[in-house]
Amino acid sequence: MSTIAQKRGFASTIWDYLTTVDHKKIAILYLIAGGFFFLLGGIEAMLIRIQLAVPNNDFVSAGFYNELLTMHGTTMIFLAAMPLLLGFMNAIMPLQIGARDVAFPFINALGFWLFFFGGVFLNLSWFLGGAPDAGWTSYASLSLASEGHGIDFYALGLQISGFGTLMGGINFLVTIINMRAPGMTYMRMPLFTWTTFVASALILFAFPPLTASIFMLTFDRMFGANFFNVAAGGNTIIWEHFFWIFGHPEVYILILPAFGIFSEIFATFSRKRLFGYSSMVFATVLIGFLGFMVWAHHMFTVGLGPVANAIFAVATMAIAVPTGIKIFNWLLTIWGGSIKFTVPMIYAVAFIPSFVMGGVTGVMQAAAPADYQYHDSYFIVAHFHYVIVGGVVLALLAGTHFYWPKMFGTMLSEKIGKFTFFFFFVGFHLTFFVQHFLGLMGMPRRVWTFLPGQGLDTGNLVSSVGAAFMAIGVVSLLVNIVITTMKNERVGNDPWGDGRTLEWALPSPAPFYNFKQLPLVRGLDAYWLEKMEGKDTLTPAEPIGDIHMPNPSFVPVVISFGLFVAAFGAMYQVDDKPWAIPVLIIGLAITFGAMLYRSIKDDHGFHIHKEDLMEDDDDNKGVKA
Amino acid sequence: MKNRLSKWRLMSVFAALALVLSGCGEPFLSTLTPAGEVAYQQYDLMILSTVIMVAVIVVVTIIFVLAITRFRRKKGEEDKIPKQVEGSHTLEIVWTVIPIVLLLILAVPTVIMTFDQADVKAMDEEPNEEGVRDALVVNVRASLYWWEFEYPDYGVITSQELVVPTDQKVYFNLIASDVKHSFWIPAAGGKMDTNTDNVNKFWLEFDSEKADEANNLFYGKCAELCGPSHALMDFKVETKSQEDFQAWLNAMQSAEEVAPADTAAAQGQQIFEQSCLSCHAVTPQDGRPEQARLAPNLATFGERSRIAGILDHNEEELKNWIRDPEQYKPGNKMTGTYQELSEEELDQLASYLMSLKVEEK
Repeated sequence: MSTIAQKRGFASTIWDYLTTVDHKKIAILYLIAGGFFFLLGGIEAMLIRIQLAVPNNDFVSAGFYNELLTMHGTTMIFLAAMPLLLGFMNAIMPLQIGARDVAFPFINALGFWLFFFGGVFLNLSWFLGGAPDAGWTSYASLSLASEGHGIDFYALGLQISGFGTLMGGINFLVTIINMRAPGMTYMRMPLFTWTTFVASALILFAFPPLTASIFMLTFDRMFGANFFNVAAGGNTIIWEHFFWIFGHPEVYILILPAFGIFSEIFATFSRKRLFGYSSMVFATVLIGFLGFMVWAHHMFTVGLGPVANAIFAVATMAIAVPTGIKIFNWLLTIWGGSIKFTVPMIYAVAFIPSFVMGGVTGVMQAAAPADYQYHDSYFIVAHFHYVIVGGVVLALLAGTHFYWPKMFGTMLSEKIGKFTFFFFFVGFHLTFFVQHFLGLMGMPRRVWTFLPGQGLDTGNLVSSVGAAFMAIGVVSLLVNIVITTMKNERVGNDPWGDGRTLEWALPSPAPFYNFKQLPLVRGLDAYWLEKMEGKDTLTPAEPIGDIHMPNPSFVPVVISFGLFVAAFGAMYQVDDKPWAIPVLIIGLAITFGAMLYRSIKDDHGFHIHKEDLMEDDDDNKGVKA
Repeated sequence: MKNRLSKWRLMSVFAALALVLSGCGEPFLSTLTPAGEVAYQQYDLMILSTVIMVAVIVVVTIIFVLAITRFRRKKGEEDKIPKQVEGSHTLEIVWTVIPIVLLLILAVPTVIMTFDQADVKAMDEEPNEEGVRDALVVNVRASLYWWEFEYPDYGVITSQELVVPTDQKVYFNLIASDVKHSFWIPAAGGKMDTNTDNVNKFWLEFDSEKADEANNLFYGKCAELCGPSHALMDFKVETKSQEDFQAWLNAMQSAEEVAPADTAAAQGQQIFEQSCLSCHAVTPQDGRPEQARLAPNLATFGERSRIAGILDHNEEELKNWIRDPEQYKPGNKMTGTYQELSEEELDQLASYLMSLKVEEK
């Protein structure tokens, strides 16, 4: 199919993507949707920085500002960073372990569509009476007091998209456990696969608390429950615990795959195997484990008492050790290597000092008494943007450049890439470095304006100028993507020339069945090993035979759409709208009907026959590098 | 390329220098100008952790710069394959053990201070026969968007401006009456949340010398997002010597309702009694339960430094505020609770409110 050069109509391409269960196409969907939400969150950030550029500004109103800050955080975490990472996991991880797809292609598609409809639902709040305004943490006393439907959009939207993420996580776990190619032992897995594995395990354990707490919030707000209503015997601190038991591992769900992307880039462009591979794996697992032990450091000022504060302070400090191991292993990977400064490598190199700065302020905050000062001040804002922008977003930008050829078969322009990097990186430090000091000088976070004469004017102006730089960087990346797509210069299997892992042995983009013959993996960096023996193909582990493939399906869209409809019903029944309950029922009927249809209809998929695969070989000859 | 890189580095040095020169913020607000024991301790811990962390950054930066400059792929070496090193046990142990040692150095004072700053045993001591404890206790109640300060042992209530003695520990009971807020006086020490569920307790201390530098007036902030006017939920802390503080307490205890000085103020008082008194009290001894105290106590209104915590303290701003509070603090609970007042009534009300004083009559 992919090899038959078919000119498709626009509508049939859309239909293809609506029904696809191919991990590579789902990856592209994640990239497009996540990219869109990233731009949306970026615009919200720009409005925030314009409002705070000068004291006493009235560019936006106080209520609207709270909606902006809430949606900026929620969008960036749930609808941009996570989906973009899930996109890369989808695109690359199955190729890295030598699999033909993920374990559950149908659920993979369902996961995407749930995220997509959840995200759309959440953002429709802008047009339907106001967005959520209680911060991305949505602390219970404020979220219950919030008027209008904003928080309802938050609760229902995140619930739907959260189901999708949970499915994605389980799917990746099963895939990595069951679908590794012959010889791909756990300790031969590329580090991006390892971090995907650990992050997926974190999703599996961290999302249920979020689901439970959002469930309670939903019932408090829409169905008269009193989980968090203090007057009725509820407790708001419980929400904080639930949220951070999810929220802290969430940070590692984001940063671990970012570490994985950088690990691949460092090894590739230093032409060296990753230094201390086994300790890197160990550190990844340890970070994932400790990530569940430290949530209360977000709550040092809640009044948990000195015993809890001291324990969580020391536990939090412990995380610095495995993270430090990683940093030094990356440095030693570069050390003695032959470094080529491509755009992905420039991002990776810039990541080290940026992330170290974010990491050390994290340790500073672990010192609980000092954190009484930092907490909820701009120091915190600076810290988490240093780790999330300096870590995750730099990884996403690096990954975009690095994996673009593998996903789309073209190379993004290195020249524009360097331009993007320069503006984004300078803008990033300009925006956030000074915020450390704003916080220390007494500026609380989440303030919609500040009064003059408090020594906060210059710092805020500098920060806003930096934000403009970052915006220029992002726009130039879009320009780069458009130009590259227009030019459409196709590249071969290993366009960077130094690819080490299995995905670089495949054509760019990979055929829809990935591997004609599953590869035999003979060690870490399997493709590199073959190259060092003078071969440019992988050793096959099986003769060419028929390949079983799943059929495309429209059912995931229908299931997700049903929940999307039901959410409107659940929300508006609060206002006693007569149509609300029927809409709720219809929505759920669509979802469960589609599930039933999926369950009773036998779909055995199809086979690609051996003969067709042989033919493919001839067609591909020109493309092979 | 190398030259350009070194220029960048120079630029960042200048940027850092500019920051240092721009100072540590204002003495009445900044955590970097600590003004009491708690703030000192926290400041010391910040400095200790910063020093350790800067050391870490320096080490990483040195290795980093050496690595990326020494091992660039050079012309003519395009085909060079570097040695594929697996790792090094010695190095792994080194960069595991050294961080652990550094963290221990930080962890010990952290734990000690955590317990020290949570020590509020003095609050539980038996009061003497007059019902007064040795320790000064203040009940702080946070509401959208104002602060109430009650001195329970003295039966005195004030709002928006906390008055404290210098050079002695002041203990706080913290609670919120609607949604969660957080009580923060950056120059005096870290914050603590005012929960809706329970009373939190902690203590602060204000150093007399540092208080002088800040003109005896510190800024306090709400540090937890609480609604549209979260940013404007400021309060002030007035510091007094222990004698002056005692005098102030005595004045507050014996204060009686202010008699209007002229006819305008008398008219104003009438308007106040009709429109405002159901929420605002005008004497420091407000016997009503806290649920009934719906708005700031105004007994010391004429002596305050700000109107509504944010506006300059003069009659003009006061009238602006009463005309349309929503414009200055969006989402406040005062808007719409009283009928519209004519300009003349506003003048009268303002002159009455400005005459509300306890100490300087």
